[in-house]
Amino acid sequence: MTAVPSAAAVVRRRRVPAAVRRRRLLLAVANHSVLVGVAVAFLAPFALITLTALMTSSQALSPRLWPHPFRWHNFVDVFTTVPFWRWTLNTLEYSVLGTLGVVVSSVPVAYALARLQFKGRQAMFMIVLVALMLPPQVTVVPLYVMWAKFHPFGFQFIGTLWPVILPNWLGDAFSIFLLRQFFLTIPEEYLDAARVDGCGELRILSTVVTRLARPAIVAVALFSFLYTFNDFFLPLLYAGEAPHHWVLSIGLSEFRSLHQVQWNLTMAATLLVMAPVIVIFFLAQKAFVEGVTLTGVKG
Amino acid sequence: MLLLLSPWLAGFSLFFAYPLVMSAYLSFNHYDLLSPPRWVGLANYRYLFTVDPQVWTAVKNTLWLIGVMVPLQVLFAFGIALMLARAKAGAGVFRTIFYLPALAPPVAATLGFVFILNPATGPVNTILGHLGINGPLWFQDPAWSKPSLTILAIWGVGNTMVIFLAAILDVPRHLYESAALDGAGPLQRLRWVTLPTISPVILFAVILGVIGGLQYFTQAYVAAGVASGQASQAADVTSGNLGYPLDSTLVYPVLLYVHGFSDFQMGYASAMAMLLLVVSFAVTLVIVVNSRKWVHQGSAAK
Repeated sequence: MTAVPSAAAVVRRRRVPAAVRRRRLLLAVANHSVLVGVAVAFLAPFALITLTALMTSSQALSPRLWPHPFRWHNFVDVFTTVPFWRWTLNTLEYSVLGTLGVVVSSVPVAYALARLQFKGRQAMFMIVLVALMLPPQVTVVPLYVMWAKFHPFGFQFIGTLWPVILPNWLGDAFSIFLLRQFFLTIPEEYLDAARVDGCGELRILSTVVTRLARPAIVAVALFSFLYTFNDFFLPLLYAGEAPHHWVLSIGLSEFRSLHQVQWNLTMAATLLVMAPVIVIFFLAQKAFVEGVTLTGVKG
Repeated sequence: MLLLLSPWLAGFSLFFAYPLVMSAYLSFNHYDLLSPPRWVGLANYRYLFTVDPQVWTAVKNTLWLIGVMVPLQVLFAFGIALMLARAKAGAGVFRTIFYLPALAPPVAATLGFVFILNPATGPVNTILGHLGINGPLWFQDPAWSKPSLTILAIWGVGNTMVIFLAAILDVPRHLYESAALDGAGPLQRLRWVTLPTISPVILFAVILGVIGGLQYFTQAYVAAGVASGQASQAADVTSGNLGYPLDSTLVYPVLLYVHGFSDFQMGYASAMAMLLLVVSFAVTLVIVVNSRKWVHQGSAAK
């Protein structure tokens, strides 16, 4: 059955006439021209933002596209005109603590959902899927009320980042889903071998599974780092009015209200916020693409 | 085992089940966070469906996103993925370039686009001007603000594109070869081989797109705030500018935010949240049920 089409393909390939070959070449050229065009359009915003970030304030408001002179000092000014360091530290606090929480809390849940037999497993998995699809706006009002009314020993949660960090330590639906999909692909024999050797489930999880599922765990960590780094809605609700409690995304959106119409500085700040994400991407490109593919194909 | 599940059980009850029940309860109350909730029956829903003039606008804007922005995103991602799959040279470089904008933090990307598409002196209109084209007012024009957001969304479509590309490259070669033997041209192969085989992935992308459309908030919020500051030179980004220009970017989650966290009408915002919940489920259900007609249920759909 399989031999027939491939044999036919060999025959067909031998008899490609010149006209067909020319048409194929033409198609390939057309294909590549469109790709190059779209690629230029996709890179243009980065280029335009960078160029503006290097202009003087008045140049940024003129129709000029090329900075003259190049004002590298803009990147320093960003740190001195607004509390940019403070925002970076706050963002890192949210991203690092949040990502740690997501990984630590989601791995065991995903393992249980993928590998252990117990009553209600299917129902639990369905609930994870539902939680995944639910817009955050649906639960946001009661949660805000909860954090507003909850002040142990007089500690106010509103105005801090804890209401956005803490929930990450109790499992994240997307990460649980992605990890479960990956855990399902681990051959049962490995786990059985560990069980025969006398490993408990906890031991199996912390040694065998985490080692075999490293790409998926790395992907989950990357995604949740990105998600928390980019998050705007939840910090907007909880971080409050004081600029020194803001994260980068909020600071950036309010940048112009703090400093009038300085587009050059705004674009410099924009670039600085984009930079870490892009650097991480180039450092971990393979893990990224594998992770994205994992979300789609195995779904 | 209970130990393994305990974080999720706690998280589920505290951050999912409890707020869901509480949201339903609050939606029948008047609650401003200061005085205790006061039961008002269906009054919030009555106001939501019959009085509030902005709800209909917000619903229409969100529907616009789901009806226009999401399909365009999926189509564009699919087209690029198809071309990438056929690319002979530089496929890796192209893939990186098309994926990169998806990583740009939404607030940063939105700010960048509001500046680039700034009508008077922005680079895009400057370049269009050199070509003799009078550029539109983009984020300043109620008719162009949603299309501008759509361009921004298409720019960030890399995730979907990578997923499509992986699925297209996964289509077994022998299917194409036997189709070619039967005399199918490139278009027919696309229609009868590629599309059916990757249809589960397309369904997945559509569902994710629609869910994303229902919760679309950040870009609309930031674009409205920054564009209105740009117009007035007052540079005052407060909730008073949301929906700028002329409520054209006032999507449903933004309106919910205004009622809940700017006016602190927690009861009314909860009623809005319940409507969003019902609509989210309904839309997802409709897509899943309908998909049985066009999604290929072969070995690929596991």
